[in-house]
Amino acid sequence: MNTVNLTMAIVLGGLYATGFYLLLQRSLMRVLLGIVILGHGANLLLQLAGGSQAGRPPMLGDAPIERMADPLPQAMALTAIVITFALTTFLLALAYRAWQLLGHDEVQDDVEDRRIRRLEAELAEADEETERELDSEATR
Amino acid sequence: MSELVAVPVLLPLAAAGLSMAFGRFADVQRLLGLLVLGVIVVDAAVLLYFADVHGPLVLHLGGWAAPVGIALVADRLAALLLLISVIVMFAVLLYSIGQRITDYGRGTASTTFHPIYLVLCSGVSLAYLTGDLFNLFVAFEIMLASSYVLINRRTTASRVRAGMTYTIVSLSSSVLFLTMIGLVYAATGTVNLADLALEMGQLPPAPVRALALLMVIVFGVKSAMVPLHFWLPDSYPNAPAPITAILAALLTKVGIYAMIRTQILVFEREPSWPLMLTLAMATMIVGALGALAQNDLNRMLSFLLVSHIGFMLFGLGVYDIAGLTGVILYIVHHITVQATLFLVSGLITRYTGTVALSRMGGLAKISPLVAVLFAVPALSLAGVPPFSGFVAKLALLRSGIGVGTVWGYVATGVVVLTSLLTLYAVARVWSRAFWGQVRDPEGDPDPTDELVVGTGDTSPGMVRATGVLVLSTVLVAALAGPLAEVSRRAATDLITGEAYRTAVLGGDSGG
Repeated sequence: MNTVNLTMAIVLGGLYATGFYLLLQRSLMRVLLGIVILGHGANLLLQLAGGSQAGRPPMLGDAPIERMADPLPQAMALTAIVITFALTTFLLALAYRAWQLLGHDEVQDDVEDRRIRRLEAELAEADEETERELDSEATR
Repeated sequence: MSELVAVPVLLPLAAAGLSMAFGRFADVQRLLGLLVLGVIVVDAAVLLYFADVHGPLVLHLGGWAAPVGIALVADRLAALLLLISVIVMFAVLLYSIGQRITDYGRGTASTTFHPIYLVLCSGVSLAYLTGDLFNLFVAFEIMLASSYVLINRRTTASRVRAGMTYTIVSLSSSVLFLTMIGLVYAATGTVNLADLALEMGQLPPAPVRALALLMVIVFGVKSAMVPLHFWLPDSYPNAPAPITAILAALLTKVGIYAMIRTQILVFEREPSWPLMLTLAMATMIVGALGALAQNDLNRMLSFLLVSHIGFMLFGLGVYDIAGLTGVILYIVHHITVQATLFLVSGLITRYTGTVALSRMGGLAKISPLVAVLFAVPALSLAGVPPFSGFVAKLALLRSGIGVGTVWGYVATGVVVLTSLLTLYAVARVWSRAFWGQVRDPEGDPDPTDELVVGTGDTSPGMVRATGVLVLSTVLVAALAGPLAEVSRRAATDLITGEAYRTAVLGGDSGG
């Protein structure tokens, strides 16, 4: 029961790796695809959590209980699929809105990052000025 | 009796549909929302009373017994937090109705706001009451999906990015949550929280530790624990005041609640948890220093929120009855205070037309009432006696000293330091915004944006709603004695876990 199918494990690893890679991209469309792929990975993981052996459908009277597949992870995966589907649609609409408003779909820099960069630029400018002053004093 | 447990979850969901149908009748929508929240306040109070007197109330959904079906559990902790959350939701709804009437007149209503707000209420209630890990995921999704809509509503070019960040970070953490559930199920074969506790005890320590850490990360993102807090100050300040208030007050606290519930119920641990103490210290310090660096009032409040999440993590890190009593008191205090501060910040921006502290001044002269409404929660947040924050902080400090290890003393020192930094941060707001030269309100730079309005118009409804919340923070301080008693009993329940387990698994549904 507790042995994991190697093929499934490799597929899962691939899905998670691809998902996280896409999540780190700057284009919103890729981020969105990353979330979709991660969602697939998670759903597959739920399936795998139910045990790897193939079972009969979990219908009472259809099969002896010990040969039935575990229905709980399937129910959970079904719920999760619906939720990820709905949220993906919402995210698509949001991405379209962003594209409408801004004309591109690049993820913006962090607010604090921008503040620090501005501060850095100001400081560098001030440094240059004092250096120039010192230079001019030296030549005088 | 136990049917009452389902009311806070099902009633707002049903009412949300009804509210949608009444989209054209603004007053009906408003009344419906207030009525439903009022009913839930009463229901939560009854639940708290029963849970305190007779033990946890359990409802097995669909009649399926506990380990297989989903159980809704109202124990002392869940009922107490539910009660305080719904009271805050009620006051914030009053405020937003007041704001709407001031801005657009009585006749128009926004078709989406009220239904979504009720769905949010349902999600928050479900998160408190559920006794099932997968159902907790569903509760978080209900809550987050409505918060995505609230944050991204009427979005403008400048704000659409912030909303995207919030949505994407939350979605990724939800996927992690799902992964965690898959792994937990693979390891134990159950997702019922009470049952999980028994199953975890039979596993070797290594996978248990890995699952515990995974849960810390998942709920750490939701509750804005450093270093997973980065999304919060970028997204919350970008919504209108009432929405920011409700999200800031409730969503992070639900994350903390989920963290406490899962860690303590499911995993066995000796008192004092060094990892959590370390995370708590980082959260407190980073949040407080971040707050000091801000010029934007709402961003500053958001960083303070992050820093005070650290206080709650600190109590969890102490990991005994005294520490958890402190956490529960602190959550109750912080839900009311944080919501109040964001509402007051909404009032302030009405008078000044800006959120930049450097461009405010003389507010105490323009509106002494707003000054009082700000001063009470601000002092309370900093933990100045006799306000509610003092009571909660005292409980946390005493529990911290009780740990007895060096790390415990260091963490307690950080709590004191962060309290002082908080005091400094709110004093800075006070001296910049309320004292000094009276300035003319700045014009609204973007009239299509709901966010910044320098009109100076505040309706009595907005001020009254804020007043109600300020009063409730004072009430939390006045009722500190009984509250501390209930919190202590709830913390004892949490640590022993016996009452919860027998109530859920023990066949007898308790009702």
